Amino acid sequence: MIKDELILAIETSCDETAVAIVKNGTELLANVVASQIESHKRFGGVVPEVASRHHVEEITVVIEEALKQAGLKPGDLTAVAVTEGPGLVGALLIGVNAAKAFAFAHGLPLVPVHHIAGHIYANRLVKEMTFPLLSLIVSGGHTELVLMEEHGTFKVIGETRDDAAGEAYDKVARTLNMPYPGGPHIDKLAQEGEANIDLPRAWLEPNSLDFSFSGLKSAVINTVHNATQRGEVIKPEDLAASFQASVVDVLVEKTYRAAEQYNVKQVLLAGGVAANKGLRHMLENRFNGTKYDLVIPPLHLCTDNAAMIGAAGSVAYQKGTRGDMALNGVPGLDLEAQ
Amino acid sequence: MKVLAIDTSNLVMGISVLDEGKVLGEYITNLKKNHSIRVMPAIEEVLKETGVKPAELDRIVVAKGPGSYTGVRIGVTIAKTLAWTLKKELVGISSLEVLAQSGKYFDGYTVPLFDARRTQLFTGLYGRNDSGEFQNLWEDGIILLKDWLDKLQELDKKILFVGNDLPLHQETIQNVLGDQAVFGQVSDHNPRPSELGRIGMTSEPVDIHSFTPSYLQLAEAEVNWLKSQGK
Ligand SMILES: [Zn+2]
Repeated sequence: MIKDELILAIETSCDETAVAIVKNGTELLANVVASQIESHKRFGGVVPEVASRHHVEEITVVIEEALKQAGLKPGDLTAVAVTEGPGLVGALLIGVNAAKAFAFAHGLPLVPVHHIAGHIYANRLVKEMTFPLLSLIVSGGHTELVLMEEHGTFKVIGETRDDAAGEAYDKVARTLNMPYPGGPHIDKLAQEGEANIDLPRAWLEPNSLDFSFSGLKSAVINTVHNATQRGEVIKPEDLAASFQASVVDVLVEKTYRAAEQYNVKQVLLAGGVAANKGLRHMLENRFNGTKYDLVIPPLHLCTDNAAMIGAAGSVAYQKGTRGDMALNGVPGLDLEAQ
Repeated sequence: MKVLAIDTSNLVMGISVLDEGKVLGEYITNLKKNHSIRVMPAIEEVLKETGVKPAELDRIVVAKGPGSYTGVRIGVTIAKTLAWTLKKELVGISSLEVLAQSGKYFDGYTVPLFDARRTQLFTGLYGRNDSGEFQNLWEDGIILLKDWLDKLQELDKKILFVGNDLPLHQETIQNVLGDQAVFGQVSDHNPRPSELGRIGMTSEPVDIHSFTPSYLQLAEAEVNWLKSQGK
């Protein structure tokens, strides 16, 4: 009988203290997330020092809860996977040092994981991957198109040149006086409005798969400003719907183009903005009836979690990727160098 | 009782392993290098050299701050994780108390200090109590150098100052306190992890999950938020 591979995964790159246990790379035995969102709401965004303090308070509690959920002891585990980067350095350090201490205490191998690789691999907990595959990653910090020819290799074929899509959502939400985090609010509002305001779509050069959202953000702010000056009232629902349409149009169309260009088998959505209903619907519409297999993970696997780190960690572990006791948190870690 | 002591709260990084009446090993550097990269390898090395397996430890003692926020967190995270996962006791000791041990035989008071920027200090007053035990006399805190010296001036005995940040403030201290101020020598300024371990042996263990660093200061965003709330 082959022994099951059981990976304990730790993720602390931003404002979620998360620990999960993944069996054989695809089966989720425990997935615990201690969210700090209520704390950061006060500040209108994630404050790195506050995030780091919360991680220290939560880390052992969350590890214990994960082991309890899975009904496992440290001695049952195969390896410890941890987010090495990118992310907030002070926040990353808590996960990395906890992972090192845990691995050292029990003589377990340590596997460093790239946060974005994690987001992509969240999909493997839903459906097995078929290569080549294309992944659209959209979150507060990232907007990227990543091509994978096989497990564990990543090629960034498109990325944002300025703001991440999630960042644009947060900034526009602030303009519309919505609470942090803005994405879900805009998404909700957009469902009730009509996309009847003309906002720019940044297609960039004809063949480019890159993104740009800073112009759109400014256009929204100008639209609101001009309307106020003219004494007109813009329905926030319509503005939200128009903004959302503009973001989603470009994301979906470039994803489709990339899928054609690289003749992929599967298209995956990943990252926190994958929770966005507008984006999900439009992707489904665009890919419905095509030869591409579109996979969209459930919401709790889209936002930051450790299950995804465990799934990516499993592949890295099998490929022989190891970290030693000198492993550090790397805020600007490169995905392609993995 | 076998103890592992960890201090990453300031520039000085220290690891020590103690067994009852003996300090088995001590690793200490005073370098501007990354604690996150260096501390676990140092722990591994000291345990290996002293022949103590992680499972054989009875207690983990950590310097809980004050100091560099990031530095304190690295040590506390490692100590909490080791103690919790190995089911060992955890003890947190003030980083200032560790440094103050350089003056434990000094006939007078001892003031350990870490620079806290903007002419503030992390500091406290240490000395012998009525029963002759060396201990904290005035609680650790963050204070403006000027205000601290005003308070210290009222003391009736000599005061020994220790800490690697002393050169930043020595002149001011000398000017205000004159002969009352005594300055430690070069080898007195590093907090010693063996002292941390020794104090930790006789201190009360804490609840591991809820244990947090002693930052002695709110995060700046918290301060501003409280202000905006009119608190
Ligand atoms: Zn993320």
